[in-house]
Amino acid sequence: MRRAARDGVVEARGVSVRFGGVTALDSVDFTLADKELRCLIGPNGAGKSTFFKCLTGVLRPSEGDIRIRGIDCVGAHPHQIAGLGVGIKTQVPSVMNGLSVRENVWIAARKRNSTREADRIVAETLERIGIADSAGEPVGNLAHGRRQLVEFGTVLAGDPWLILLDEPAAGLTAEEAERAVDIIVEMNDRAAIIVVEHDMHFIRQLAKTVTVLHQGRILTEGHVDTVLGDPLVRDVYLGKSQ
Amino acid sequence: MTARQVLSSVVVAAIVMFVLPVFFDVLNLTTFAAYALLALSLGFVWGYGGILCFGQTAFYGLGAYVYALTAINTGEAWSGFFLAILLPALFAAILGAMMFYGRLSDVYLAVVTLVVSLILFRFMNHTAGEQWVIGEARLGGFNGIPGFPTLHVPGDPEAYIYDENLYYFTFVVLVLCYLLTRWLLGSPFGRILVGLRENEQRIELLGYDVRARKTAAFAFGGALAGLAGCLYANAAEIITPELFGLGLAAEIIIWVIVGGAGTLIGPMIGAAVLGYLKFVLGLRAVKEVFGRENPLEATLVFGVILILFILFLPRGVVPSIQGWLGKARPGRAGAAGSGRRRRTRAERARADA
Repeated sequence: MRRAARDGVVEARGVSVRFGGVTALDSVDFTLADKELRCLIGPNGAGKSTFFKCLTGVLRPSEGDIRIRGIDCVGAHPHQIAGLGVGIKTQVPSVMNGLSVRENVWIAARKRNSTREADRIVAETLERIGIADSAGEPVGNLAHGRRQLVEFGTVLAGDPWLILLDEPAAGLTAEEAERAVDIIVEMNDRAAIIVVEHDMHFIRQLAKTVTVLHQGRILTEGHVDTVLGDPLVRDVYLGKSQ
Repeated sequence: MTARQVLSSVVVAAIVMFVLPVFFDVLNLTTFAAYALLALSLGFVWGYGGILCFGQTAFYGLGAYVYALTAINTGEAWSGFFLAILLPALFAAILGAMMFYGRLSDVYLAVVTLVVSLILFRFMNHTAGEQWVIGEARLGGFNGIPGFPTLHVPGDPEAYIYDENLYYFTFVVLVLCYLLTRWLLGSPFGRILVGLRENEQRIELLGYDVRARKTAAFAFGGALAGLAGCLYANAAEIITPELFGLGLAAEIIIWVIVGGAGTLIGPMIGAAVLGYLKFVLGLRAVKEVFGRENPLEATLVFGVILILFILFLPRGVVPSIQGWLGKARPGRAGAAGSGRRRRTRAERARADA
């Protein structure tokens, strides 16, 4: 991982991913400014998750360049990218089911803090996301929505400056989704955020700027109202395009 | 781990240590204590690290051979004693690094570790010839290595530690290793290791290097197993390639399953009880009762025990008893936390193991 001149928090240039003959991402350029909140949308198979996996180091792009705060992240391991101060939430709630809510968040907090500091951060974080009453409960016993909240807690506890969220609203009730919006907006005070999402209602509540992916390319980028009002984007979602 | 927990563990261990020789032969007890340490090593690696190592015998046998070869060459015991911890740990670290950095896991890891142990088994069996010598020590092939110097009072190679004293020594080492392992599990390293067992991807996405942590845990398990091998060698006073063999490799897994993976005390009890059972089944008196067609052959009995446990008590003895006690005394569990707070598997294990 090399450091170079820094522009945005995330700078992706010409990122392509090919699986055999299939091109999942086709030279995508993407820039995220500091403290920006960006939604990445697109129909199934548009390449959202593939791009997300490139950012988190799970996938290595076939071509192109990804810099996070100017650091070359192509070929870096997920733990190295997370270690930079990047908080990551995956699509399926990825939590430690056998452990308590408290322990889940503690392990996240301990990464960059002493044990005592971590204990303090855990208490604070559990209050903040509103699951302090289940602190001792094994996460595996919780309902899906609350497990999502726990995962938000693990992301928060690391005090990241860049947060990558893959479908944070999936499977949430309307009430829980509102809570998630509040949490994301609050996190945005301290961090730049990329949200990969499907749920249009959720995106309207959340984002200012939206990037639309379609067939591995960036279709359009702009303010949420403009983009969602764009007939081309509607066609893509309804499957009329091309 | 609080000072009170340490103290209560030590008191219980001391009582057990002094009561057992009243009922059992000390030489047997010494062997069972070495088995218990071997089971503790797998209980840590598998039960807490989630690494199913089918070849824990590799480090156990290595510990025994390293001890014997060093003792013969130096004429005293203690350098061998420490090398028997160090070299197996180093070997486990190298093997572990190869597996974990190569992203090997689950059943592949079990197979690789077992094969490593069996390779050592085959190799040691083929070292009967005179050309197989390390320093002054012959490897001895399938006959093994007899007559190496055993443990003695430090500084005085003539003052051997044997019989009862060797039993007490082995038991104390076992208890110290148990306390050390418990301390490790309560430390940040141990807590993150348990998280890793639960969800490797999550731990990685939190920024922890999973590969390095698994390698370190595996090396610690290797050190404990190596020490167990050294203690066994001192009790038996002869070592053979059987220490690397498939029979023992499978037995360790059974000890841990029967005693209960996810606790430390369970595998230790499993090892001692099944070790004793095997000893009883091997007695001439028992064999003569059944004659030539002995239905109580140890392998068969162990197989039946394993099947019964997997069917009826899959969590093993200790976790099941903990579960029953927890149900019978709900007030106690509630008192620890606010309201009806249920403790998680890992918290329970930390408190009760």
